[in-house]
Amino acid sequence: MSTTFEYAPAPESRAIVDIKPSYGLFIDGDFVDGHGEGFTTINPATEEVLAEISEATDADVDLAVHAARKAFRSWSRISGAERGKYLFRIARIIAERSRELAVLESIDNGKPIKESRDVDVPTVAAHFFYYAGWADKLEHAGFGPDPKPLGVAGQVIPWNFPLLMLAWKIAPALACGNTVVLKPAETTPLTALLFAEICQQADLPPGVVNIVTGAGGTGRAVVAHPDVDKVAFTGSTEVGKAIARTVAGSHKKVTLELGGKAANIVFDDAPLDQAVEGIVNGIFFNQGHVCCAGSRLLVQESVADEVLAKLKTRMATLRVGDPLDKNTDIGAINSAEQLAKIRALSDIGEAEGAGRWSPACDLPDKGFWFAPTIFTGVSQAHRIAREEIFGPVLSVLAFRTPSEAVEKANNTPFGLSAGVWTEKGSRILWMASQLRAGVVWSNTFNRFDPTSPFGGYKESGYGREGGRHGLEGYLQ
Amino acid sequence: MSTTTQSTLADVTASDATLRRFLHGLPGVDQVGADQRAAGLGSRSIKTSSKKWALDLAISMVDLTTLEGMDTPGKVRALCSKAMRPDPADPSCPHTAAVCVYGDMVGIAKSAVQGSPVHVAAVATAFPSGRASRTVRLEDTREASAAGADEIDMVIDRGAFLAGRYLEVFDDIVAVREACGDAHLKVIFETGELQTYDNVRRASWLAMLAGAHFIKTSTGKIQPAATLPVTYLMVQAVRDFREATGQMVGVKPAGGIRSAKDAIKYLVMVNEVAGPDWLNPDWFRFGASTLLNDLLMQRTKMATGRYSGPDYFTLD
Amino acid sequence: MSRTDVRKTYKLYIGGAFPRSESGRTYLVNDASGRLLANAAKASRKDARDAVVAARKAFGGWSGRTAYNRGQVVYRVAEVLESRRAQFEAELAAGGSSGAEARAEVDAAIDRLVWYAGWSDKIAQVDGSANPVAGPYFNLSSPEPAGVVAVIAPASALLGLVSVVAPLIAAGNTCVVIASEVVPLVAITFAEVLATSDVPGGVVNILTGEVAEIAPWLASHMDVNGLDLTGVTDADLARDLEVAAADNLKLVRRAGVENLDDSPALDRMTRFMEIKTVWHPMGR
Repeated sequence: MSTTFEYAPAPESRAIVDIKPSYGLFIDGDFVDGHGEGFTTINPATEEVLAEISEATDADVDLAVHAARKAFRSWSRISGAERGKYLFRIARIIAERSRELAVLESIDNGKPIKESRDVDVPTVAAHFFYYAGWADKLEHAGFGPDPKPLGVAGQVIPWNFPLLMLAWKIAPALACGNTVVLKPAETTPLTALLFAEICQQADLPPGVVNIVTGAGGTGRAVVAHPDVDKVAFTGSTEVGKAIARTVAGSHKKVTLELGGKAANIVFDDAPLDQAVEGIVNGIFFNQGHVCCAGSRLLVQESVADEVLAKLKTRMATLRVGDPLDKNTDIGAINSAEQLAKIRALSDIGEAEGAGRWSPACDLPDKGFWFAPTIFTGVSQAHRIAREEIFGPVLSVLAFRTPSEAVEKANNTPFGLSAGVWTEKGSRILWMASQLRAGVVWSNTFNRFDPTSPFGGYKESGYGREGGRHGLEGYLQ
Repeated sequence: MSTTTQSTLADVTASDATLRRFLHGLPGVDQVGADQRAAGLGSRSIKTSSKKWALDLAISMVDLTTLEGMDTPGKVRALCSKAMRPDPADPSCPHTAAVCVYGDMVGIAKSAVQGSPVHVAAVATAFPSGRASRTVRLEDTREASAAGADEIDMVIDRGAFLAGRYLEVFDDIVAVREACGDAHLKVIFETGELQTYDNVRRASWLAMLAGAHFIKTSTGKIQPAATLPVTYLMVQAVRDFREATGQMVGVKPAGGIRSAKDAIKYLVMVNEVAGPDWLNPDWFRFGASTLLNDLLMQRTKMATGRYSGPDYFTLD
Repeated sequence: MSRTDVRKTYKLYIGGAFPRSESGRTYLVNDASGRLLANAAKASRKDARDAVVAARKAFGGWSGRTAYNRGQVVYRVAEVLESRRAQFEAELAAGGSSGAEARAEVDAAIDRLVWYAGWSDKIAQVDGSANPVAGPYFNLSSPEPAGVVAVIAPASALLGLVSVVAPLIAAGNTCVVIASEVVPLVAITFAEVLATSDVPGGVVNILTGEVAEIAPWLASHMDVNGLDLTGVTDADLARDLEVAAADNLKLVRRAGVENLDDSPALDRMTRFMEIKTVWHPMGR
């Protein structure tokens, strides 16, 4: 018998998912073969090949846009109430098949089952449910008495929250009467393809949702297609700028959710134990693959030592490993490419003189892993304080006064999110008013809800997703 | 805890004002964040071998309790034999840490557990309300201690605490500890009456500064009694207190913990927040009555591989 | 013998002052019939740069004012314009409008200012929201001004200018406006109204000159947050400016087919506002 606590490997059963050997594109209600070379998607925790995926060429994208255009004629004309019922149906099927979706998401993405099961998938179902209810109430949304859909929406989503980003894109688009051509990320296509099956189960009219898999070239074809009326993108700022250039001078409406380098600001009167939890959740949630991650910890000098000590103690309890283990806190890095990027920036941090620390943790031999890491003694001039690392790496900076905290927090081209920790109500409200960021979490971090608009200032993009505001990007 | 706190700890009880400044200077607790953290800790799965160990550990941490107006010597004796031999069919089953009774039952309990390692804990200080003069409350304590109680569970004056008369509460605890003699002192906050998490943290520090050996959530007479988040805050407090002073203080959630599953959540939380040093009946207890039978049922299930039923466990 | 009138030198309006172009250049402005009206300053990229600096400097103070106060200031602009309407009617007439047209345009410009003045403390109520999230959180979204907005004003000497500037400043933005290349003079006279209407220096900066020369510098300027292309009629230039604006992902309002004589548009405010959502737990 054991005499200490050992957590069991508590793996969620893989038996619930049925991964096919290969997948086609989902166009006009059917799965069809793409004409590109095809590629594989792997499990980042084991490097095991999961499936062969079709690659959509320009011609395939054209077919998908054509199907979406054709479907738009009837989809935009049926009543909002009827459209809403399809979305309600989808929301319900997602809830019914939630465990399957969660397991598949963790296998393809590497995120802990705890998160895919308790955060991603429930929020996906909630998102469809929320926008389903808008479909027959658009005239009350504040965008004019008779709001009209835009047409065909071309949507390109990232690999960090594959299904959740799909929901953020598809739910409002359909509720407003648009049809969509969506391209999932090349490393995480599986849940989007399962979602295509869900559309079939829901008897969604063919062509209303089309899913084209592929890499950057496929994404560019979607964005550049002349018959696309709306472009929605979540991903890197670099690609976001390229998209903005591509659509310049066209009629296309654009929403972009891009990078971030959020400050998580801890004052000396903060609820420190919860702040430590918020710091951990802010940067280690989803392996730090979060555009709104609290990747810069700004801590008031008078409590810096205490906060760091507590943070290190807490980090030592984080469990890195098998994404399907219910006890896992930090899963696998999504790809070899991303791992290389995280390593490179971390090495730069070290070379620039910041103090690097990680708790002792055994990383699996196969797969892509990176231990939770903090850098202390970081200044605004360090690259790790300016560039988005998109991994479980936290830069710790100090400040002395509220004004200094604001200056440092805003001293970035990004403006997606920020965190403030203090028990003083008036300071929270003042800070919230000063921070140039689209989402301000005070005494909490990384909370998401379908009713709550999300999106950034400055180079973090434009437009909002979620809430009433999320409708605007899909209406004329 | 910073060194500043350490150097000032000696001075904080110099006056009502300094004590208030200290307690109100402790970091606040955000309720939502604390609740979420506690819930997260509650979702860990442990190994089967660890689970066997955890069930036995939990049994050994139980303060098997009867605190009823209708208690009789017979009832107390029955409780004591259950505490000594929780599962008569299995001699490998550990005994509980203690029995917990009213002061007038200490003599009965003491003779019933004689020769066994089971302690006798007595509630005192006009339990559960504590609404009596200090003279009466101290006399209550002395009597129980004189009757042989190994442990005294006192209640704080929640009225004084909520009115901000912290020094009065502090002096009470110091006086009761003195009246305890050799008995260990557990200080009950009745967290259901203190209501806010900030108050729980302040009460924890107040009691630890006054020399409590254990801090305890509840009397079991007020709802809510022990909860995972409240206990989490108290476990954080004892961890921080050790960092500041080097002294260890125990924690006892009491009331409302009825299932083995819940008990294991508490142990996981203690393990992750304070560390394995506290995974010991000297430093963590469960104040409970019905919990024991569920622990025994789960223990039997693990041994036999089938689910058991209440008829197979004694109802004392 | 008739008196020789004192003619006005039309200069730029930057940071609350009326400087000449640093380049020393001017260009001829004629009326509709080709008769010389005046020389207008021909702003350079350096004037544009200075204007952005002035607008950025003014942004913190202007956006930090209460919405009520901003509304009063915009209303004050309407008051001062009303009191100087004869001058504007005359200048519009000099530019070729009939008397009735000039009167109608001044009326509309004043009324538009009043309309937007009233919006400054209502937009947050209409464009904000209380979000009922599924958890113990207080969650509120409200619009905030985006920052410095560069504007290419339409070729409508007064009403066009007012239609693009009023919503921006009512929202709390500051701006750098390139006045219509063909009818720039009224814009500078309007700057005199702004300068005497409690609008802090730098909140509105007005440049006259060649759009094709100055606009690219504003479109690519990394300290500009928004670009309003209302006055750009050349599709190629509009595209090039939008491409340049992508360098720092400026909010862009493309030139539309709207008729500025129509009722004013609320999206002229919301297009250059960012929605900020604030979360806070609710606990005891």
